[in-house]
This record gives sequence, structure tokens and C-alpha cells, in this order.
Amino acid sequence: MLELALFSLLNGLVFGMLLFMLSSGLTLIFGMMGVLNFAHASFYMLGAYFAYTLGASVDFWPALLLAPLLVGGLGALVERFGLRRVHRFGHVAELIFTFGVAILVEEVVQLVWGRPAKSYEAPAVLDFALFRLADNAFPAYKGFMLLVAVGIFLFLFGVFTRTRAGLIIQASLTHPGMVAMLGHNVPRVFMVVFGVGSALAGLAGVIAGPVLGTFPGMAQVLGSIVFVVVVIGGLGSLTGAFIASLAIGVIQTSAVALDLSLGTTAASLGLPVDGGGALQDLWRVTIAQVAPMLPYLLLVLVLIVRPTGLFGTRET
Amino acid sequence: MTPAIELVDVHKDFGGTPIIRGVSLAIEAGTRQALIGPNGAGKSTLFNLITGKHAVSRGRIRLKGEDITGLRPYAINRRGLSRSFQVTNIFPWLSVLENVRCSVLWALGYRYSFWQRVERARDVQERADAVLEQLNLTARRHVPAGVLSYAEQRALEIGITIAGGADVILLDEPTSGMSRSETEQVVQLIREVTAGKTLVMVEHDMSVVFDLADRIAVLVYGEVIAHDTPERIRASAAVQEAYLGVPQTTG
Amino acid sequence: MSAPAPATTRHVEVAATASWTHRLRRLGVWLAAGALLLALPHVVRNPVAVPVMNQMGIAVVFALSYNMLLGQGGMLSFGHAVYFGLGGFIAAHVLNLAGPGGLYLPVPVLPLVGGLGGLLFAALFGSFSTRRAGTVFAMISLGVGELIAASSLIFDGFFGGEEGVTTNRTRAPLLLGLEFTTDRQVYYLIAGWALVAAALMYSFSRTPVGRMANAVRDNAERAEFVGYSARWVRFVSFCAAGFFAGVAGGLFAINYEILTAENLGLNASGAVLLMTYIGGIGYFVGPILGAVVFTFLQSMLSDYTGIWLLYLGIMFLATVLFVPAGLAGLIAMHLPAWRAGRLRTLAAPYALTALVALVTAAGVIGLLELVHFVVSTSPSRTTMRLFWMTVPARTLAPWLGFAAAAAAGALGVRWAAPRAAAAFAAASRPPGAP
Repeated sequence: MLELALFSLLNGLVFGMLLFMLSSGLTLIFGMMGVLNFAHASFYMLGAYFAYTLGASVDFWPALLLAPLLVGGLGALVERFGLRRVHRFGHVAELIFTFGVAILVEEVVQLVWGRPAKSYEAPAVLDFALFRLADNAFPAYKGFMLLVAVGIFLFLFGVFTRTRAGLIIQASLTHPGMVAMLGHNVPRVFMVVFGVGSALAGLAGVIAGPVLGTFPGMAQVLGSIVFVVVVIGGLGSLTGAFIASLAIGVIQTSAVALDLSLGTTAASLGLPVDGGGALQDLWRVTIAQVAPMLPYLLLVLVLIVRPTGLFGTRET
Repeated sequence: MTPAIELVDVHKDFGGTPIIRGVSLAIEAGTRQALIGPNGAGKSTLFNLITGKHAVSRGRIRLKGEDITGLRPYAINRRGLSRSFQVTNIFPWLSVLENVRCSVLWALGYRYSFWQRVERARDVQERADAVLEQLNLTARRHVPAGVLSYAEQRALEIGITIAGGADVILLDEPTSGMSRSETEQVVQLIREVTAGKTLVMVEHDMSVVFDLADRIAVLVYGEVIAHDTPERIRASAAVQEAYLGVPQTTG
Repeated sequence: MSAPAPATTRHVEVAATASWTHRLRRLGVWLAAGALLLALPHVVRNPVAVPVMNQMGIAVVFALSYNMLLGQGGMLSFGHAVYFGLGGFIAAHVLNLAGPGGLYLPVPVLPLVGGLGGLLFAALFGSFSTRRAGTVFAMISLGVGELIAASSLIFDGFFGGEEGVTTNRTRAPLLLGLEFTTDRQVYYLIAGWALVAAALMYSFSRTPVGRMANAVRDNAERAEFVGYSARWVRFVSFCAAGFFAGVAGGLFAINYEILTAENLGLNASGAVLLMTYIGGIGYFVGPILGAVVFTFLQSMLSDYTGIWLLYLGIMFLATVLFVPAGLAGLIAMHLPAWRAGRLRTLAAPYALTALVALVTAAGVIGLLELVHFVVSTSPSRTTMRLFWMTVPARTLAPWLGFAAAAAAGALGVRWAAPRAAAAFAAASRPPGAP
């Protein structure tokens, strides 16, 4: 039982770190530009598809580098020629614009790669069990995912605390006007941050594609969850995004494993369970079934109680 | 007689920094009260506390004898207190007429009605027309407020404040950024629209202050150091030292 | 908050005075709309047109209700289909209860049931989501939308699982002997409800709370200082929007006799945002135009191409980037030129721009269709029908041809568009100005 819990926790950690790769870029973009980028998960999807295509012609390893670069470049273009244009119409227009980009990317992916899922697979070198826990094999590829995610985390941490660029970005998060006054080209900082954020999302797609599947709906599946993470963590807060990522990752993976329902729980506690009536579905629902709802329930609750998120300082 | 506004030992900290440090002030009904003081003295903060924009850290605020501490801005407004803003704060995409109409709706009892049409409400129409006439904006009634000239927007700002018929009016630097002649017009307008009401205003233009005010309170570093008639304020040594010693242009 | 100059894209709320000529003219508009709706099925003889018009009518009510939030109240919702769908499900269940020996509930009353269902849930979710506007509101609406979509997979009893809930409008008791067996009969019901709902929503925008919705959208802080709680104003708008979304859902239940989880999902919420925005959120007629055009394109394009959603997506992005005021804004932009009688001077430069734009579009569409064909069909098929031609899709020639058309067209647009813009500026100058 303990081993199973540990295994579930490990899986949650992998998923959580993956979420962090996505949410860190999203929260940075929001913090600096005030835009919640609906298309962020679309860049994640593009990363997976680019890596799939590149992997077929070159190999997984060059693709691991090339695909995020391509996605990052694309992101910078979207910022430069799209977002910057609608900026003067306000935040609502920006949000709507990124929503449109998300729709378009999904349609383009369907056009170019078709509707069915692609058999994008992990490289053969990593196709072995790293270790076993309670008869469950932990694949080496997941270990590799964790490694990459931790590497990115350390890299971001280093950039933010040790470099001048990091200082500028941090300052732009809280005092964008003042940073511009100090002579920094804020639009260009925006473009770079948008590009880097997209590239991170692309990298997440490259490494997640083989595990979570590479299909046209993959952006929508993860997109809303990533939103939940950055909102709960507090918009613009990297620490918040990190903690919320891990929390959501662990909660979701462990809830899926729990096959308890309200009815059985009540019965085991010796409570009488009313089997009929309009609420009968409610008694039969298992925690595993509710798992997909949990993040959204958390989102709504957090926004009601603390609209700035757990670690955030600003609302909009 | 009950004061129109009464502050009792009001304190306000922002992130631990005290901005208002124990202000007690009674403003008699029907007077024109000016609030002066150097930059950063806390004049606008005091306005924000009285009108419910910010919550006090300590102390009580009473409006016409009634405790309004901690009430929301709309609740305070409904008790007959209205304010203008230092930075123009209007409804930029609504027409000038709509700006004024929206400001009289609650006062005329329309509340959250969704069964009456505004343009058929005669009392709203008459009140709005009268206010536009006073503001000299009748010809501009159908123009979106956001494209008015600066002076016109400042006039509209006052119009929105007084249209509801509140009897306690707070004006935050009504003449800021105006030319000499524009200032004279605004002073005339203020005189007209606040006749018989209680007026409290923050103002940096000393000629306006000494021209309009019956009483002047001097706020320095979050404390009221003097509260008296203009003549005595002029003569007060403390005020001379704290305020009038510095050139007017910086204040 | 400072008062920025309104962007040219926003509608100016110029209230008409209450003079009787104005009232008469406005009544005339509604009467004309009613006459048009009555005449339409007799004018458009195409048999497939009636189902499409029914769909349009439902979309119009839904989009208008959405714009009560976005355009009039400044609330960007990503979950408005929740109220459409729940209203529809409730209407479908109630319709199933109706009939001989059951509930006395004739079909024409059913949209009201849907509306009340939408209102109920809007009051529930609005109670906490309207506290703030902006990003927080948008995120809560997304969260609620996802929550309801997720619970639709769990509560089979209400949502009917994957098959959804089916119903049968012919089992309900008749009111005044009105039967609803054919699409055409349902058309008149939908048209009638759409007209009434549109008139009510227009009236709402003219009431005190409707006017204050605009004021709160513009400047929530100032609204609080003239006596209104921004939250209550938003809440009332939100409930009204939920009610009319529910009415649209009820009409949907009558028309299609089936509701599935898809009707309240994120894609449905996205679609209503799309059509409303394309139509123009700053104008009352914007959502009507958007719903009609969107539904028309949807039903027409889906007959001709498998990638119609891509085209709609491109159109949406183009609207956001180049015509943020939407179709209605585009029309309104030309009113000064029309009043000055100079619309005719625009014909030539506009026609030229349209022509080159059409060439570009043809090139781009050709390329996209080629990609679609090559990706989605087996390699044994070599030719496809495209623009009334048989095209050898797996040879280089058509690719080069369409690419050339797209490039040449784009160059043409770069040349013609500034001229059209200059002509527009000249025509829009007030009379008498140099």
C-alpha cells in the first residue's frame, strides 16, 4: 500500500513538473503583459507535433532542441505581429485574440497532421524500466521527463536570481512603467518573454507527447488545467505556479487511483445510503470520476476566497 | 447642530506606513470647507477614507450624525455624500447626457429597475437637462465623454458629482491643470451648484481656497495642525511655518 | 482611473430623446423586422433553407444574450453555453413530462421554461462570479463551464450520458390548435420568440439597470460613487443574460428534440463568443449579424469542405486584428459617408480591393484544400474537385498556381487597400470640410 502511494506520488510529481514547465511561461507572460494567453497550450501541442515530424526525419535528440526553438520563434512572431497589434484595444481584446489563436492552431494541426492521434513514441534508448515498485514499473522515460523538468526549473531559478535579464524581467513584473523609464525596451522584453515562454511550452510538448499522447485535442485537455494552476498559484507568481503545479499534479494522479464513492464511504461508516431518488448518481460517483472536476472546483473556490491566488499580489 | 461630517481619531496605514495619524475634524453643515496641505500630507487619502474607497485602520467617521465607518462607497453615496476625483473619473464611452443621467438614477429612486425605460422617465430627463445647462454642456450632450476637452471633462466630473442631489459634496482638486480663466469659471460653477450645501474640497490654488472657503483645515504629515477661518489661518504662525513658507507652485 | 479617449471602435451610446417621431421610427424597425420574418419562408424557396433559418433564430437569441455580458456589461465569459445547455436540458425534461395525462404545457410556452432554468443557474453561479469583472470573471466563467461539462459526464440521470436527452414536441398538448410537426411551423415559433426576445433585450439595455451596466463596464469605481453597487448591476445583467440564453436553449430543445453534453461545453461557449465578436460587440445589431453570418457560413461551408472550422477561425482572427468593431462596426463606419451622399465614390476603390482580396483568398483556400486533400485521402486518389475544376493534387502545378494567386493577390491588396482607405477618409469628411 505504501509503495503504491509512493508510486502514485512519483507519477504526480512527473505530471506536476510538466505542468510547471507550462505554467511558468504562462504566469511570466501574464505577469509582464497582463494577458492570460489562451494559446499557451497550443504551443505545447505544436512542440509535440514538431518533434514527431522532426523525429521521423532526424532523430528524437536533435528534435528535443529544434522543436522548442521553432515553437519559440513562432511565439515571438505571434506576439510581434498579433498581440502587439490588439494591445491598444485592451485586455479583453487580447484575451479574445489568444483564444482565436488557440482555435486556429488546433485547426491547422488537424489540417496538417490529420485528426487521429500520432504514434509519437519515446526514444528506444529510454524504453526500459528504471525500477519497480509494488509490481509497477517506473519507465526510464518518465525519469528523463523529471530530469528535464528539474533542469528547466533550476535554469529558470538561476536566470531569475543571477542574471541581469532576470532582474529586468522581475522588475517588469511589478513595475512595467518604471522599467521602460529606465531605458529598457519593454516591447522587446515582452517579445522575448513570450517567445521563451512559448519555447518552454514547446519543450513540455516534446517530452510529454509520447506519454500523454499526441492528438489535436491535447492542447484543450491540458490548457484549462494550466490556467487553473497559474490562477491558483497567483497570477504572475513563479513560486505559486511551482507549488500549485505540484499540488494539482499529485491531487489529480492520486485521485484517479481512488475508486471510492460517496455511497461506499458512507456505507463503510455505517451510514444508511438512500439508493434512489434524483441524487442517486451522486452516491455512485467515485473519486476517480470526480478527479477531472477537482482542479476546476479548486479554481472557482480560490477565486471566490482569494482572487489574487495563493501567492499573487494583483488581480488583473 | 450635528456636523455634516465628523472624523474621530481616524488613522490609516498603508503597509505599515502611517499616512493619516489621528485626524479629528468636525465639518459644520452648510459650510464651505477647504482642506489644504503640502503634497503627501494625506488629503486625497482622507477623502478616500470618508467616501469608503479605503477602509480606515482605526477611528470612526460619521455623516450627519450617522456612523458610516466601513460602509461601501455606494452605501455612503446613498446617504447623501458625493465626491469628485483629482484625476478625471467619468464614463468615457457614454455620451455626456448618459454620464449625467446615470448619476441621477439612484437618487431619483430608480434603483436596479429593469421594467422602466430611462428615456421615458421625465424626472431623470429634466434633472439631467438642468445639470447640463448648469455645466454649459448642453450643446455637447450627445458627444462621448471621452472626447471632451480637458476643461469640459473637469466640468462633467463636477456635474456627475452633484447631479444626484447629495447635500455633502467632496471635490478633489477641481481646478487642477486649468488656466486662469477656466479656473474662474469652475469657481463660479462650484459656487452655483453647492449653494446651500456642505462643500469639502482639496485645493492647491490658494486664491481659490481663500476665495471660496468659509473654513480651512491644514493637514501636514497626516495630522490636522490648524482648523479655522481663512483670516486666522492666514495669520497662524504654525501654518506659516508648515505650509505657506514653501512656494505655491510646488504645492 | 483616467478617462481614455474612446477607441474609434466603440459604440457611442447616444440616447435618443423620447420624442414621438423617434418612438414611431423605432416601432417601425420592429414591425419591419416582424414582416421580414413572416415573409422569409415564402421568399426563400429552397427546402433546406428553413432548418438553417431555425438554427439562425436560435443563434441570434443566444448571441444577443451573450452580448448583454460582453458588449454591454464588459464581462468576458467563456462559459455562457452552460445556461443555454442547462435551460435546454430542463426544457427537454419538462417537455417529456408534458402530454396526455401529464403536465399541461404547450410547446410555445416551453422556451419560457428553458429561460427560467437558465435564470436559476445564472443566479446561482452569478452570485459569486459577478463580484469582479475582468480576468477574474473570465476565469471563473471558464471554471464553471469546465465544472458543468465534467459533471455532465457523471450525472447520467439528468444529462442522459453520451446519447443525451431526447424528447418529442408532438406529444405536448396543443395551444389554440397550433401544431409543430414541420420545420416550417417551428420556424414561425422560433421567429416569434426571437423577435420578442430581441425586443425585450433591447428594452433591457434602455432601463436604469441596463444603462448602469454600460456605466459599470466603462468605470465600475465611479458607478459605485453615484450610488450603484457594481456587483449588483453585473449580477442583474448576468441573470438576464442567463435567462435569454435559457430561452435559446428551450428553442433548441423544441427544434432538434435532443440535447447532449456538447450543447453546454466549452466549444459551444467559444462559438457564441466567435459569432458575437464577428458581428460586433459594440452594437445591438452586431450579435444578430454575427449569428446569421456565422450560422450561414457554418451550414454552407460544412457542405463544401471538411476544414470549415479552420476558415471560421481565420475569419475570427482577422476580425480581431483588423475589424475589432465587427461587421456592425464596419457598417456604422460608413454612415457619415452615406449621409454625405458620397457612398458612390467608394464603389470603384472598394471593388478593386475586393477583387484582389478575392484572388488572395482563392489562392489561400486552394492551398489549404490541397493540403487537406493530400493529408486526408489515400495516395491512390490523385485528383480532386476544387473551384469547379478537376485538379491533379499530387503534382506541382496546382500548388504553384495557387501560391502565385495568393502572392499576387497579396501584392494587389497592399497596393489597393491604402487607396480604398484614402477614398474612405475622403468620403467620410463632414460636408463643407476641405
